[in-house]
Amino acid sequence: MQVQVRLYATFRNDRFNEQMRDYPPGTTIKNVLDDLKIEESLVGTLFVDFKYATSDQELHEGANLGIFPVVGGG
Amino acid sequence: MEMDKIWRVNLSDLSVKSEPVPAAWAGLGGRALTSTIVAAEVPPTCHPLGPNNKLVFCPGLLTGTVAADSGRLSAGAKSPLTGGIKESNVGGTAGQMLAKLGVKALIIEGHPTDGKWHGLYLNQEGLRIEEETETLGKGNYESVQILNERVNKRVGVVVCGPAGEMKMLTANISVKDPDSHIRSIGRGGLGAVMGSKKLKFIAVDASGATGMPIADPEKFKAAGKAWADALMAHGVSGSALKTYGTNILINILNEAGGLPTHNFTAGQCKEHDAFSGETMHDTIVKRGGNPSHACHPGCVIQCSQIYNDAEGKYLASGLEYETVWALGADSGIANLDQIAEADHIMDDLGVDSIETSVMFAVAMEGGAIPWGDGAEVLRVLKEEIAKGTPFGRLLGAGTEAVGKAYGLTRVPVVKHQAIPAYDPRSVKGIGITYATSTMGADHTSGYTIATNILGVGGHVDPLKKDGQIDLSRNLQIATASVDSTGMCIFVAFPVLDSAECFQSLLDLINARYGIALTGDDVVGLGKYVLTTEHKFNLAAGMTNKDDRLPEFFEYEPVAPHNAVWDFTPEEIDSYWNF
Repeated sequence: MQVQVRLYATFRNDRFNEQMRDYPPGTTIKNVLDDLKIEESLVGTLFVDFKYATSDQELHEGANLGIFPVVGGG
Repeated sequence: MEMDKIWRVNLSDLSVKSEPVPAAWAGLGGRALTSTIVAAEVPPTCHPLGPNNKLVFCPGLLTGTVAADSGRLSAGAKSPLTGGIKESNVGGTAGQMLAKLGVKALIIEGHPTDGKWHGLYLNQEGLRIEEETETLGKGNYESVQILNERVNKRVGVVVCGPAGEMKMLTANISVKDPDSHIRSIGRGGLGAVMGSKKLKFIAVDASGATGMPIADPEKFKAAGKAWADALMAHGVSGSALKTYGTNILINILNEAGGLPTHNFTAGQCKEHDAFSGETMHDTIVKRGGNPSHACHPGCVIQCSQIYNDAEGKYLASGLEYETVWALGADSGIANLDQIAEADHIMDDLGVDSIETSVMFAVAMEGGAIPWGDGAEVLRVLKEEIAKGTPFGRLLGAGTEAVGKAYGLTRVPVVKHQAIPAYDPRSVKGIGITYATSTMGADHTSGYTIATNILGVGGHVDPLKKDGQIDLSRNLQIATASVDSTGMCIFVAFPVLDSAECFQSLLDLINARYGIALTGDDVVGLGKYVLTTEHKFNLAAGMTNKDDRLPEFFEYEPVAPHNAVWDFTPEEIDSYWNF
């Protein structure tokens, strides 16, 4: 299935900003993090279809996945 | 070392006097003290630009000490924008210098009737007032240079810019940073209050001041180390803010569907990466600027930055997310250089870059400026607002005035103050803060984005109503306390996540004053501040009906979540049950 993956802040370094990627059905966010060699402890916020998500969430065909490290502002 | 004192300057008779600190004020600082003094001495129904308003400056409880990030200066008055009490705080160098000179509070009173402007000079010899002419009408950058030459390079400067001289409701008060750039006492039109008193500047020279009295130096030193370590250990305060600044939030809010776009008609902006924190960082580095800059000595968070133009020349510093959002997404100016130049001009004029930039989006909806026309915004700033033309005066009166002038219903204000960079329909906690804050729409007064979006201090779903009122209340109480310590509000990220960090902040205050505050005392202080401010607002004529968001948020769903504002009046009013 196709998943639109968007990376932000330091996760873009040596990777990409945005990519359509192919994963088998049943893939979780954790699987994507492993695939991209992103250490889960560095993850701050995850979004699936613009909603808050946790790493155990299963992705669906056409999902929008946004991955941020620990960041903040205000 | 200086004994703390209260200074009073009266512009009606040009008198200057110092007084001992009343016992009831001794344990207060920053926002707690400005709000206490305004509530005690300013008649709530007075005209904010008339003789009975007072402008009060107070360093925080720890300002002037070596504790990391403790350099804030609070200013308070009755706001000409909101009609209620106002506290706004700032970094820069003047707050630390005032504290080192033993100034617990500087109270500006009265109203000149002879049309003359004055400047204040404060140093170890005392405080003197002199007539001022040279800096009148000058931009803030030039005024700072004039005072650097007139006093000395290290002088701390608090200055009323051209917009404040014209008593515009968007006018802020500007404060010099260590590089002679500008930080801002931004919100609520306090620059117009300073202008109404024809006070052009306060020049603070702390040369020869010997440092702060510390009751328990050993304990203070140990707490200071634990404090700095805790700030550095947290991902937000320790590394993210010094890399990307606050503007990292463009992409986060866009991803969450809470980035107000084209005057709050959408929650996502397709050009977001043109002005995101990531793009800004890369641009700054490529052009030889500096992504990490401290707005005051002793800041380890360093969220400010030096942004150069394409030729590598200084263009702007302290570009904040809210300014970039309001010009980039809300007004559709997808050009970081134009945004930076507008920010620089706003700093030079002394206008609040939130109120002014949100106003631009409303002016665009009204047809006064073409959508996304950055060049026209720059022209309007330079040729209309700076020169005080009739059109410039209208725009300078802020978001609500322009919305009314153009007959609009989509006017994002609460208590007449512009709503900043987070859509309250899709981030509901911040909507409660906008509605209930004593300051009018103000994200900093209870920053639920931390918990709604960033996962700091836990997680409360931003799209649901559950838990938002408690979240906003707890954060507003905590913030009122932090605003009284002299600490930058960004210390709240580690404080919310770490009990040890919070304890080291208590230890710092206790060691400084030789007292034994507990966590409950800090909560009590925050409640006292909010209650004092709320009473002032009610006495000024506000009611619970002022604790409401504009109606359009209820009937215009916002994409991508099709969210509306759906809190009942009774639910909102329950905020005050404490």
